[in-house]
Amino acid sequence: MQCKSKTAAVLAPVLTLAALALPGHANPVDDQLVIEGENGPVEIVTEAPAPDHLKGVLETIYSGWRFRNDETRALERDDFDNPGMVFVDRGRDKWNAPIGAKGESCASCHGGPEAFKGLRAVTPRVDEKTGALMTMENYIDACLTQRMGLESWNWTSTDMSDMLALISMQSRGMAVNVAIDGPAAPYWEKGKEIYYTRYGQLEMACANCHEQYFGHMIRADHLSQGQTNGFPVYRLKDAGLLSAQKRFVGCVRDTRAETFKPNSPEFKALELYVASRGNGLSVEGVSVRH
Amino acid sequence: MTRRLTLAVAVALAAAGPALSETLPEAVQFERGAVAASLTGMPGDPEAGVKVMTTNALGNCVACHLVSALPDVPFPGDIGPALDGAASRYSEAQLRGIIANSKHTFEGSFMPAFYKTEGYIRPGNAYTGKAATEPLPPILTAAQIEDVLAFVLTLKD
Ligand code: HEC
Ligand code: HEC
Ligand code: HEC
Repeated sequence: MQCKSKTAAVLAPVLTLAALALPGHANPVDDQLVIEGENGPVEIVTEAPAPDHLKGVLETIYSGWRFRNDETRALERDDFDNPGMVFVDRGRDKWNAPIGAKGESCASCHGGPEAFKGLRAVTPRVDEKTGALMTMENYIDACLTQRMGLESWNWTSTDMSDMLALISMQSRGMAVNVAIDGPAAPYWEKGKEIYYTRYGQLEMACANCHEQYFGHMIRADHLSQGQTNGFPVYRLKDAGLLSAQKRFVGCVRDTRAETFKPNSPEFKALELYVASRGNGLSVEGVSVRH
Repeated sequence: MTRRLTLAVAVALAAAGPALSETLPEAVQFERGAVAASLTGMPGDPEAGVKVMTTNALGNCVACHLVSALPDVPFPGDIGPALDGAASRYSEAQLRGIIANSKHTFEGSFMPAFYKTEGYIRPGNAYTGKAATEPLPPILTAAQIEDVLAFVLTLKD
C-alpha cells in the first residue's frame, strides 16, 4: 500500500516481531451437525476441503456453525428448538395463499415447494434462458411481478425471508455447488474483486476478517469464514431471519463504508462469489447464529 | 506531489496561533513509520487514553489487542499481539506512528489508520452505511492519539 519502499527494508526487526503474532487460523469448534427434522435426521457437512479456486488460500472450509458457542449450536440440532422454523411455516402459508392478481398462489403453478429441491444449492446462478444473474430473491420477484401481477416485495421484507426459508429447506443437506465458469465467470470475477477490496474508513475487506483472521476473536465475536451455506440465518441478536445480502450490508457498514444495496449488481456478484467459497458445504436450511 | 504545499499550509496555520498548533493528519511526517513530534505539542492524558482504547466508536484497540493492564475489559480480541510491554519494544516516536497510521510500519496491516482523512474506497459516514465526502474527520483527534500514546507508553515489560 502506501510507503512500500520506506517500510519494507527498514522495519525488518519490527516485522519479525509481528510475525510471531501472524494469524493462526485457529479453532473452529470440533463438532458434528446432524439435524433432527420432521422427516428424520439430516447430516450436515460443516467442514470440507476447499474448492479448487481457493487452492493456496484456504485448505479447509467451515460452516459458520462451527464458530458459534455450545448453546447456539445446540439450537440448530433439532428443528423443534430452531427459532427459525416458524418462518418456514409462515412461508408455506404464503406459498399456498391466493395472493396473485387473479387469485393464483405459488402452489397453483408449482405444486409443492419440493419442486424446488436443489435450487438453493446452485443459486445464485446465471439463468439459462435469460442470461441474467439470478439470486433466489430474483426468481421469486420475477414470479411476483411478471406472473402474478403483484408489486415487488421489499428485498429485506419478512415476506421475502419467509419464502427464502421455505425454499432453502427443500435443499437441506445438499452440497452447495454454484457454477463459477461459463456465463457465470464475469460475475464471479467481479464478486471476487469486491471480496478483496478494503472498503471504508477502516479499510477492511471481507478477506481480512473471514480469510486472514477467521478463528480469531474480534472483541466478543469469534470470526468465521463468512460462509453463506447457512442462509437464511435466524440471528438471535435480531430475533429474526437474515438473508445473505442483508448480512453483507451489516458487515460493510461496520467498516465505516458506504454499503451497497441489496439486489445491487455488486452484492449479487458478491453473493455468487461468497457462495462459491462454500462449494462442498451443506445447505443448512435455516441456520441459527448469534 | 502536493505534500510540500500541504506542509507549508500546515506550518502557516500552526504559526497562526496556539489553537491551531495541532499537526493536521496530512502534515504528519512519518520517518520509517515513526512520528517524532507530538501531534498537539503537549503530553497526553493516559486515563483519557484508556477511554479511547476501550470505546467502540473510538480507538476500540481492545477489539483486536489484549491489554493485561486493563483486566476489567470484557472479551478483548486476539487479532493483533497483546500490547503488554509495547513500550519496551518500541520508542515513543514509533508508537506514535503506529497509533496514527500503522500502515507506515506494518505494510498492509489490518489495523486501521486512526489519523487519516482521505484516500478511502467508498468511505461512509461513521457507522451509518451512508456515503461521506472526503476529507473525513480522522477516527481519532490529535489529542486522542496523544492520550492513547500516553497510556501505551506505560506498558513496559
Ligand atoms: C402463473 C404461474 C406461476 C406462479 C403463480 C408462480 N410462478 Fe414461479 N415460475 C413460473 C414459471 C413459468 C417459472 C419458470 C420455470 C422455468 O423457467 O423452468 C417459474 C420459476 C420460479 C422459480 C425458479 C425455478 C427454477 O428452477 O429456475 C422460483 C424460485 C419460483 N418460480 C418461485 C415462485 C414463488 C415463490 C411463487 C409465489 C410467490 C411463484 N413462483 C409463483 C410460474 C409461476
Ligand atoms: C471487521 C470484520 C468483518 C469484515 C470486514 C466483514 N465481516 Fe462478515 N462478519 C463479521 C463478524 C464479526 C461476523 C459474525 C461472526 C462470524 O460469523 O464471523 C460476520 C459474519 C458474516 C457472515 C455470516 C456467517 C454465518 O455463518 O452466519 C457472512 C456471510 C459474512 N460475514 C460475509 C461478509 C462479507 C461478504 C464481507 C465483505 C463485504 C464481510 N463479511 C466483511 C465481521 C466482518
Ligand atoms: C482491527 C484490529 C486492530 C485494531 C482495532 C487495533 N489494532 Fe493495533 N494491531 C493490529 C494488528 C493485526 C497488529 C500487528 C501488525 C500487523 O501484523 O499488521 C497491530 C499492532 C499494533 C502494535 C504493535 C504491537 C507489537 O508488539 O508489535 C501496537 C502498539 C498497536 N497495534 C496499538 C494499537 C492501538 C493503541 C490501537 C487503538 C488505538 C490499536 N492498535 C487498534 C490490529 C489492530
